[in-house]
Amino acid sequence: MEGFGQPTLRLPRSEYLKLIGHCYDGLPDEACGLLAGRLQPGSFAPDGRVEIVYPTANADASARTYSVDSRDLIKSIRDAEAQGLELVGVFHSHTHTEAWPSPTDVRQAMEPSWLYVIVSLKDGDPVLRSFRITDGKIQETPVVLES
Amino acid sequence: MPVEVRLPTILRAHVGGAPVVTVEGSTVGELFDGLVSQYPGLKGQLITESGDLHKFVNVYRNDDDIRYTGRLDTPVEENDVVSIIPAVAGG
Repeated sequence: MEGFGQPTLRLPRSEYLKLIGHCYDGLPDEACGLLAGRLQPGSFAPDGRVEIVYPTANADASARTYSVDSRDLIKSIRDAEAQGLELVGVFHSHTHTEAWPSPTDVRQAMEPSWLYVIVSLKDGDPVLRSFRITDGKIQETPVVLES
Repeated sequence: MPVEVRLPTILRAHVGGAPVVTVEGSTVGELFDGLVSQYPGLKGQLITESGDLHKFVNVYRNDDDIRYTGRLDTPVEENDVVSIIPAVAGG
């Protein structure tokens, strides 16, 4: 990995708490959800600010993999559209491993412009990190909690 | 009858970049057969070799997931919009 990627993930504290709460609610399985925000003008790249966190069901109901429930996916897309937002990323928890993309995460990352947020619950406190995954390459992006 | 099919970014390269294509068919399966014959690059992207919907795509008739409405046999009518959206998944 060479340096940090862009954009910086900017997460309002209320959405951060919703996201982390959903990860704990999902135990013992992995939890997942979607992130909505805005794109940079004239670009497919997100500006990095997450306006809404959508907790979704993990259709895999598994401690090792996740699939965002397909009905939650379309509901989140339509809700974001109605608010002038776009899906800009996804989050999921790792229950017993580091907050780092697994080989499965890299293989199944379909959206090169998205932010892939991973929350590790393996220790006492949750660890949240954010990544871009492009053509199999992982690049971490900075994370800022905002009010 | 002609039905509008919306494609995700990742599949648009196979249809010359278009976000939306119009295809003839009375079920989702017929639409997909039509799509693949018009755009052979889509072969294998939507349907598995055994003829079922690929697990890495979600397909919606309007906003209804076709996995719950008859899968590829889901009927479509004029003015329906079929959306193909990649599954969001990992490990």
